[in-house]
Amino acid sequence: MPLDQSFIGRVYPPTPPYEVGREKIREFADAVGATSPVHRDPEAARAAGYKDVIAPPTFAIIVSLKANDVLVEDPDLGLDYSRVVHGDQTFTHTRPITAGDRLVVELHVDGITSRMGNDMLAIRAEVGTDEGEHVCTGRCTLVVRGEDA
Amino acid sequence: MIKAADVKVGDELPPLTLRITRADLVKYAGASGDFNPIHWNERFATEVGLPGVIAHGMLTMGMAIRVVTDWTGDPGAILEYGVRFGRPVPVPDDGEGALVEVTAKVTKLLDDGTFKVNITAQHDGKSVLGGASARVRLP
Repeated sequence: MPLDQSFIGRVYPPTPPYEVGREKIREFADAVGATSPVHRDPEAARAAGYKDVIAPPTFAIIVSLKANDVLVEDPDLGLDYSRVVHGDQTFTHTRPITAGDRLVVELHVDGITSRMGNDMLAIRAEVGTDEGEHVCTGRCTLVVRGEDA
Repeated sequence: MIKAADVKVGDELPPLTLRITRADLVKYAGASGDFNPIHWNERFATEVGLPGVIAHGMLTMGMAIRVVTDWTGDPGAILEYGVRFGRPVPVPDDGEGALVEVTAKVTKLLDDGTFKVNITAQHDGKSVLGGASARVRLP
């Protein structure tokens, strides 16, 4: 069954703050093979002009994945997550995510389209601090494979 | 660290070969919180019609940007980074893993002084990230 088009434009309430830790940044940097000292050494990060260690460019996926849960678990939308495939992903940074940030995410449903039996959900995650500073915008398309696809 | 004055459209960045093993998938699952079993459970992956365990698209994306960050020297220079997820990268359970070849090229100098860099990532000669590009600000 196609997804309900009335969800287009829906904005979910901001997530509880996620506190970005130095060790989480190091762990994520290790996992994606990001070797720069600015992910690990606060002194090196400060020398490069940052307040503290900064996260690799795709770190925001951690908070945007968590934020997606409200959509996935919304019974009114009725998304079958076992049929969902990540179609594309873009991150646009106002500034790098930095250790000590308390990030909140506001999830926007920008579009729902149907193509060849698949539903495409365009989702935007506005990532900012709990003090209201914008940090990053994550855009992704979730493809919900149709029953026959 | 590379300077904007040293860069021109058409410049090719030093290419990169990524090796992705099963251990990398486990590490990335833990680091990212993406525990989808298609990335660690062979039985589950084949049941849902995949050739076997596949890499997280986000892992390939996260690793591939190194082609740009190694070049800029400053990971904070990446203002924007986007990809389409194409073919999956199957990761065999052989200790050798899967190889992904990454190349990148400066394709545009934008009005605000930032550069657009197009990125390709291939596994087995086939593209695994479509339309991948980054926008970078250089000193």
